Amino acid sequence: MQRIGVFVCWCGSNIAGTVDVKAVAEALRSEPGVVFSTDYQYMCSQAGQEIIKEAIKEHKLTGVVVCSCSPRMHEATFRKTAQAAGLNPYMVEIANIREQCSWIHKDMETGTQKAIILGRAAVAKVNLNAPLIPGQTPVTKRALVIGGGIAGIQTALDIAEAGFPVDIVEKKPTIGGKMAQIDKTFPTLDCAACILTPKMVDVAQNENIRIFSYSEVQEVKGFVGNFNVKIKKKARFVKEDVCTGCGICTEKCPQKKVPNEFNLGMDNRRAVYIPFAQAVPKVATIDADYCTMLKTGKCGLCAKVCTAGAIDYTQKDEIIEEQYGAIVAATGFNPISLDKFDEYAYNQSKDVITSLEFERLTNAAGPTAGKLLRPSDGKHPHTIVFVQCVGSRCAACADKGKEYCSKICCMYTAKHAMLTRDKYPDTDVYVFYIDVRTPGKNFDEFYRRAVEEYGVHYIKGMVGKVSPQGDKLMVQASDLLANKQLHIEADLVVLAAAIEPDKSARSIATMLTASMDTNDFFTEAHPKLRPVESPTAGVFLSGTCQGPKDIPETVSQASAAAAKVIGLLAKDKLTSNPCVAHADELMCNGCSSCANVCPYGAISYIDKEFRMPNRTTAIRRVASVNPAVCQGCGACTVACPSGAMDLNGFESAQIIAEVDAICR
Amino acid sequence: MSINSEYKPKIVAFCCNWCSYAGADLAGSNRLAYPENVKIIRVPCSCRVNPMFILRAFQRGADGVILCGCHPGDCHYTSGNYYTRRRMALLFSMLEYLGIEKERTRVEWVSAAEGAKFAATMNDFTQTVAALGENKRLEDLRCKR
Repeated sequence: MQRIGVFVCWCGSNIAGTVDVKAVAEALRSEPGVVFSTDYQYMCSQAGQEIIKEAIKEHKLTGVVVCSCSPRMHEATFRKTAQAAGLNPYMVEIANIREQCSWIHKDMETGTQKAIILGRAAVAKVNLNAPLIPGQTPVTKRALVIGGGIAGIQTALDIAEAGFPVDIVEKKPTIGGKMAQIDKTFPTLDCAACILTPKMVDVAQNENIRIFSYSEVQEVKGFVGNFNVKIKKKARFVKEDVCTGCGICTEKCPQKKVPNEFNLGMDNRRAVYIPFAQAVPKVATIDADYCTMLKTGKCGLCAKVCTAGAIDYTQKDEIIEEQYGAIVAATGFNPISLDKFDEYAYNQSKDVITSLEFERLTNAAGPTAGKLLRPSDGKHPHTIVFVQCVGSRCAACADKGKEYCSKICCMYTAKHAMLTRDKYPDTDVYVFYIDVRTPGKNFDEFYRRAVEEYGVHYIKGMVGKVSPQGDKLMVQASDLLANKQLHIEADLVVLAAAIEPDKSARSIATMLTASMDTNDFFTEAHPKLRPVESPTAGVFLSGTCQGPKDIPETVSQASAAAAKVIGLLAKDKLTSNPCVAHADELMCNGCSSCANVCPYGAISYIDKEFRMPNRTTAIRRVASVNPAVCQGCGACTVACPSGAMDLNGFESAQIIAEVDAICR
Repeated sequence: MSINSEYKPKIVAFCCNWCSYAGADLAGSNRLAYPENVKIIRVPCSCRVNPMFILRAFQRGADGVILCGCHPGDCHYTSGNYYTRRRMALLFSMLEYLGIEKERTRVEWVSAAEGAKFAATMNDFTQTVAALGENKRLEDLRCKR
């Protein structure tokens, strides 16, 4: 029989406001096994934990029930408390009487009754708890960063700086990501390339970092400390270690009509290309979809001009297998597709562009060499209309847009407007907005400068329609403050398209078994207190894959993720979760049902000798669970026809005891 | 229980640790109310729920049992919720054959970000079960105190 102590937390008034904590402690005192019961304002505080420790010693407790907040919050805290008092940490159970009770019920009697039942279920479970000893697993001291944008770059540099090897997997031919496409950064207006490219070079030169560019993660197996990852290195038909990046092939290639994705299709590149001058690795890539040689077997010009002999038309996709201790997702974002936003005529007129296209138009390395010219006729625009929140904050247009705020658009639009007025004072610039959101260091000052010093016309109201008329764009909009309709004859319309997680994030999350929210952003282990960890141990989050953010925020989060990875890789051993499956060898008949459903391949079969009743022995095939591989899902426990499989910490008998206690 | 008191069905909710239990926590921290009749049992994965547990709940007088897990494709253990889906499809049709109306059992996918969905699901399920009235079909009266 257990000797159980019950500790009811008030959580200030969070629990005590709708639950009579004294009545709960009193009611649970008469439950089977309970020898001690008390309540306290804050059980998680130092003083609260002391109460638990003292009670464990004084009343020789063998089990502890804490009626408090969610176990997702403080289970680990109270387990440590129990351990400090000499009790096995797995003899602690939490009754969640805050999130599941006091916070959702308004009435004291209802709350108290429910809290008693939840406490009763926890007591019933602890009565069947058994001490568990966690195993230990080694840690592979190497990290994988998925995505080579500024988030991935910063994370990799910080991990490498601490002395651990890091691999970056980037699906594009170069690292750099979206920041490489941006012209200037707010609110400092320094040039994005000038601050990014030195970091890219640092990555290339760092001995601890390997870059797998033009590569994708194909398969992830294993668990924290021991991930086995398959990386597909796509054939670029150029030997990376031989190519010098001289660029002669990219000038001589006769296939000139390939849309240049780096400039968002606003100009063309060749079939063999280097995305931009500062690309890392600076190696050419042959686009198999357009290369005449690869398609028809006739051409081979690039091979002829290549003095280094780097071209290899026979190159095949390569699969690289590597082990990692930690994985960081830094998969980034994309602007949403504007195909469904017919009202802005994005697909009808070349002079309706997205903000990212505007960045390329103003960038010295862009399609117009930095001159702000209309994509349709190359003329200088005199009236520019910027439209904010295109697809952002749009609960009504959930079929094509997003409900959330994309966060960066207010600031980059202020930047675009300011830079335009600075360079071309003869242009009229209008910005249509719902709200201007400028929280951040020096952000509001920056926006005010755009309005006050640069004379940008900020108009509160949405654009209803953009219609191309001749070589002009008629913009129909409402001015909500003046309460009137506006008609503006514009030369260029720039749409601040909402941002969404990169499409690859979904399949990567599935491979990593990391969870996502309804918008396909990765979810954090705790939205406030563990913002850079995913709920899956050993998987960390960096940058916009977790939510919209600007560059300084991305860099801070990237460094934070790196700190978490370093903390993990610095350990030699990890304590493994002892809540794993185990087979009762006497009941097991070796049918393989459990091994068939195990997603981890943790179950194997051994031949074991058993003593039989008539003094003979028999050899029987029985299941054996590898506790280092088992993750404790419990699929096998239900598949087992003989009831031989059970799960530590969630034994069938324990769950049934909870069911009974609830239904009593 | 007085005769006039409103009928409150007993509902057992099994929630997987990674998605639905976290979704229930989110419903709580957002103060999204759902009936107190719903009592949650935490399991590592929805696939840990043995049909036996559900039968036990009905035997002990539960009026409805709901099982919540991660959305298909999002299971923390990759494939656990697929097992759940198949197992429960079988179990629920067998229960219906035994006279347990299929409205008394439900499988629902609730992610960690769907606090509102959790509360809405529990409100709806409780109403549905309450409309059916008490479940007497499998209840074992010998278990009553």
